[in-house]
Amino acid sequence: MLRIKNLKCFYGRIMAVKGVSLSVKKSQIITLIGANGSGKSTLLESICGLLPDWKGEITFEGVSLKGFDPPAVVKQGISLVPEGRLVFPPISVLDNLKLGAYTMYRKRQHAAVNQTLEKILDLFPILKQRAKQPAGTLSGGEQQMLAIGRGLMSHPKLLLLDEPSMGLAPLIVEKIFQILETLRNDGITILLVEQNAQAALQIADFGYVFETGNVVLQGPASELLEDQEVKRAYLGKDYGEFYDDKY
Amino acid sequence: MQEMLQYLFSGITNGAIYAVIAIGFSMLYNSTDLINFAHGEFVMLGALCMVTFFGTLHLPIVLAILLAIASVAVAGLVFERLAIRSVKNPEPIVLIIITVGASIFLRGIGMILWGKDAHTIASFSSHPPLDIAGAKLLSQSIWIIVILLLTAVGLQLFYKKTLTGKAMEANAISKRAAWIVGIPSKLMIMLAFGLSTAMGGLAGVIIAPITMSSYDMGTMLGLKGFCAAMLGGLGSLWGALIGGFLLGILEAMGVGFVSSGLKDATAFLLLLFILYVKPGGIISSASVKRF
Repeated sequence: MLRIKNLKCFYGRIMAVKGVSLSVKKSQIITLIGANGSGKSTLLESICGLLPDWKGEITFEGVSLKGFDPPAVVKQGISLVPEGRLVFPPISVLDNLKLGAYTMYRKRQHAAVNQTLEKILDLFPILKQRAKQPAGTLSGGEQQMLAIGRGLMSHPKLLLLDEPSMGLAPLIVEKIFQILETLRNDGITILLVEQNAQAALQIADFGYVFETGNVVLQGPASELLEDQEVKRAYLGKDYGEFYDDKY
Repeated sequence: MQEMLQYLFSGITNGAIYAVIAIGFSMLYNSTDLINFAHGEFVMLGALCMVTFFGTLHLPIVLAILLAIASVAVAGLVFERLAIRSVKNPEPIVLIIITVGASIFLRGIGMILWGKDAHTIASFSSHPPLDIAGAKLLSQSIWIIVILLLTAVGLQLFYKKTLTGKAMEANAISKRAAWIVGIPSKLMIMLAFGLSTAMGGLAGVIIAPITMSSYDMGTMLGLKGFCAAMLGGLGSLWGALIGGFLLGILEAMGVGFVSSGLKDATAFLLLLFILYVKPGGIISSASVKRF
């Protein structure tokens, strides 16, 4: 569905992603894990057109995404749930969601938008309760749900998530990841960038491990979970087995 | 008492005009973080277009008003396309200097097209002035106030009820977030320029019958409108209204009760004062929702 070949991304002269290839299959959760600054978010930014300065190949359903700006990428059916959520704080929850469907409204698909809205409010009942409130008054977890809901409003085939667990309590993270599984079962493909490797690998089908702009390891998520190197570097197993029992 | 009322009327009239200009400033600032120092020149263009369409060509009044506003909005769009968007390194200070340059340019255009003489046109309607407790209220003043209120309500509805309005607001809050969602930010900025300069044009149109319109009228009006916007709180619709009326009324009282030399000084004294005690303006945008 999404195919990336030898992708190199640049911030000015600095190469943040150094020749990465990966592919995302339909109706799967693919996760990219790795430490800060390993190039995961940069990769997402390149896919969705925020970072135009890249070389290599990104194709989505056979269409090259070179030179697409973010609105054009959204129209192709890719939606980004950005790092730090980036909801519109003074605007109400409901309107935040409706803005997510901007491209749908422009295609005059009002009925479809209303249907999606219903679905999303069912998926996140808390958003229904808070529909009239400004998004800025929501808690972190609720804002993350809003950001995901907003991303879904444009009917994406592929949902990109950048660190949805950041700054959230473990219980909320669990809830959000459950929802991601539900979405996958509904046929939405998910590319999940996470630092919380344990949680991400548990729901993912396939994983890529990033290190300083390169993919150093890849494989089915269940295998990565058992991999000694991953355990040592990202799952903290060396620090005692009791530690990960808390997850 | 009668004198006081008369000053109040003239203050409200001027205040309404300052408010329309201030709304234009606020709107653009909201969407682009840019202060357009050429805004006053768009007011001048509005007034002089009105002189041509209504005074010279004798078009029907409604058509003349719409044409004048549309012409100014088109000028604003051209300005954005040619002078603002083409800037390679759009730092705020560069853009602000560009707007200052544009204001000089537009003044030159105005002088070439309409000459150096001042022009006047008739009021929108020829009703005699209303007599309220001995003070006279011009029919044009009523027009101005009604048009201002309709505009304010219209804008409020536009920003709160329409998708485009909400998208503009979203774009103003965070360009990045709006872009991700699929809102074309360039289009939104263009729209903001168009609307803002249309507001300037509207101010020119409604002021034309009660003032001498000439190529150099814009500078002072622009500065007054800027004062009003700062006074009320840059970026807020209601702030622009409050600031406009406050400035207009205090100015009129200053002229009436102290000295006519104080007219233009009032605005700047008030601006200094507000910047000193409450730099964010009366409704500072931190506490108020951006419109």
